[in-house]
Amino acid sequence: MRTITRAVLVGLLAAVVAVSPATAETVKIGFITSLSGPAGVIGKHMKDSVELALDHLGRKVGGLDVEMIYGDDQRKPDVGKQLADEMLKKHRVHFVSGIIWSNVMLAVAPVVTREKVLMIGTNAGPHELAGEQCSEYFFTTSWQNDQTPEAMGKYMQDQGLQDVYAMAPNYAAGKDMISGFKRYFQGRIVNEVYTKLGQQDYSAEITQVRAANPKAVFVFYPGDMGIQFVKQYAQAGLREQIPLYSVYTIDEVTLPALKEAALGNWETRYWSPDLNNEANRKYVTDFRKKFGYTPSFYGAQSYDGVMLIDSAVRAVKGDLSNKAGMIAAMRKADYKSTRGPYKYNVNHFPIENFYLLKTVQAPDGEFAMQIQKAVFENHKDAYYQKCPMKW
Amino acid sequence: MLFLMAAGLTLVFGIMNLVNLAHGSFYMVGAYLATTFFSWTGSFVAAVVLSLLTTLAVGVLVELIALRTLYERDHLDQVLATFGLILFFNELIAILWGRAAIYTATPAAFAGYIELAPRLRYPTYRAAVILVGLAVAALLYVVVTRTRLGMLIRAGASNRTMVAALGVNIRLLYTVVFGFGAALAGLAGLMAGPIYAVQPGMGEQILIQVFVVIVIGGIGSIRGALVGAILVGMVDTLGRAFLRPLLSTMVSPNAADAAGPALASILIYVLMAAVLFFRPQGLFPARG
Repeated sequence: MRTITRAVLVGLLAAVVAVSPATAETVKIGFITSLSGPAGVIGKHMKDSVELALDHLGRKVGGLDVEMIYGDDQRKPDVGKQLADEMLKKHRVHFVSGIIWSNVMLAVAPVVTREKVLMIGTNAGPHELAGEQCSEYFFTTSWQNDQTPEAMGKYMQDQGLQDVYAMAPNYAAGKDMISGFKRYFQGRIVNEVYTKLGQQDYSAEITQVRAANPKAVFVFYPGDMGIQFVKQYAQAGLREQIPLYSVYTIDEVTLPALKEAALGNWETRYWSPDLNNEANRKYVTDFRKKFGYTPSFYGAQSYDGVMLIDSAVRAVKGDLSNKAGMIAAMRKADYKSTRGPYKYNVNHFPIENFYLLKTVQAPDGEFAMQIQKAVFENHKDAYYQKCPMKW
Repeated sequence: MLFLMAAGLTLVFGIMNLVNLAHGSFYMVGAYLATTFFSWTGSFVAAVVLSLLTTLAVGVLVELIALRTLYERDHLDQVLATFGLILFFNELIAILWGRAAIYTATPAAFAGYIELAPRLRYPTYRAAVILVGLAVAALLYVVVTRTRLGMLIRAGASNRTMVAALGVNIRLLYTVVFGFGAALAGLAGLMAGPIYAVQPGMGEQILIQVFVVIVIGGIGSIRGALVGAILVGMVDTLGRAFLRPLLSTMVSPNAADAAGPALASILIYVLMAAVLFFRPQGLFPARG
């Protein structure tokens, strides 16, 4: 009797083992972002957008059930790397996505692509990953860091502005932003200042700006740093004296806290809530309806990330082991992006438009970013020629 | 600002022998309450009074509920418990007000700037912050050295058993001191609102600097907190402003660009290490 039981058990076990590959009919996506601390609000924008994308897809990705695993990197590269390891080894995810900060991205992306798992960045675009370190397993739905400040540099150059003072936090993206700006701005840079990442008080730096008395100030201060810098700049009475031009500083994340302190400031960006296309109207309307606030570009990119994954899984008819097929599908960018149709460059970074935006006050008293004009159309990043990938 | 925070923390730490990591949370609570009261009442004065009172109440409540049992315990237990409070308050604020930074208006009377010299403008609000800091310093000095309460506080810091033996209700005293410390942090928070981003977790960003201040100043000493705060503020600001130009006279501009900001951000810790090396008790150790 006992032997029979044992035999049955062994048989059952074998059956379970034999069946288990079939349970891979669930797409597992790891999504890493900052969910706690001062940057937690950006993570919330991203997570809410991912959830909205899944709602729009009927809680399926490429027709398969989906399991999202969210991770909080706390804006720390080492924590991001640990999360990626855990997602790869413990959860055995098919895709890793997200990531706000370039320094975190530089720690995470190589870990993921080395395991031949697909990585879909939805914000940070450090130049290393667009150039020498590009990988066929890495895609981004955002931009290369330099591109947005390039647009601002171009605009300020066209305006004939001279004597610009440039400031950014001292980390990977800060350096990219300034070098991108300088690529198109030919005038004189009075000074380049790098401040600590996460710095709160800018009184010393603002005093130096005043002393240097430039014609314009160009800054990159994402998230809470932007709120603090712009507030303090306005309080110091400099706003009326020296105009402020920025990238990733005044957006739908920081604007509710800044309001009139940001009025009239200039930004460049590839996306804005008022960008007029069908996918974007649907995204912005449904987002406001579901979450009760205005989405940001961080969210739009994350929404696009899920849609890109969906297009890839759909193209291989749910065969998640067909990675070459999924890569080929994603290269087509065959989905309805919130920025409108775009193409991928050889390094898997988008070739897209960049617009000039201005902070305005609507008649109802709400503050919003408004597109003024396109600065670049189908703009390529500056590093793709260094990427050895060919397709 | 730093002084207000440090004074409250050093009172609590020095006198009650309690490591309070949650001090930053009172700072955050003060900022949020002030902002909310300001938008309700439309009066900055009313907002200041209301938020100070409520932060004091929150401080007293926390002391009564959570910390009372911890005085006799090891510092490590206190660190754990107050760290727990940090997480609790951050999440509570995120639930009540949301994760996004909230909008804080500068009170109209202080919205402008003072023209110190032609084109040299200093924000009126910051000037007001400095004045408030000085006023609080003077007030604390008077309270601690000239009043009965201050005498009890000093006595409690030196020898609490003796004070208790003399018939003073030391538990009540502790509650009062803790509430007072919390209100000071709340005051710092409400002053910070119009300058910084008011958001969950804002307290932790300043907390580390506050600890540096009290370690430099000497734990439990209010004078130490004042001097420490000024010293840390000066070193940090001057480091950020002048270190890079200074370095670029010695090494190549590129190297100075890379090293300057990095060095400037560790400068206050270098200062702390130096102070600890020469004066392990801090600059103005509390007597006792």
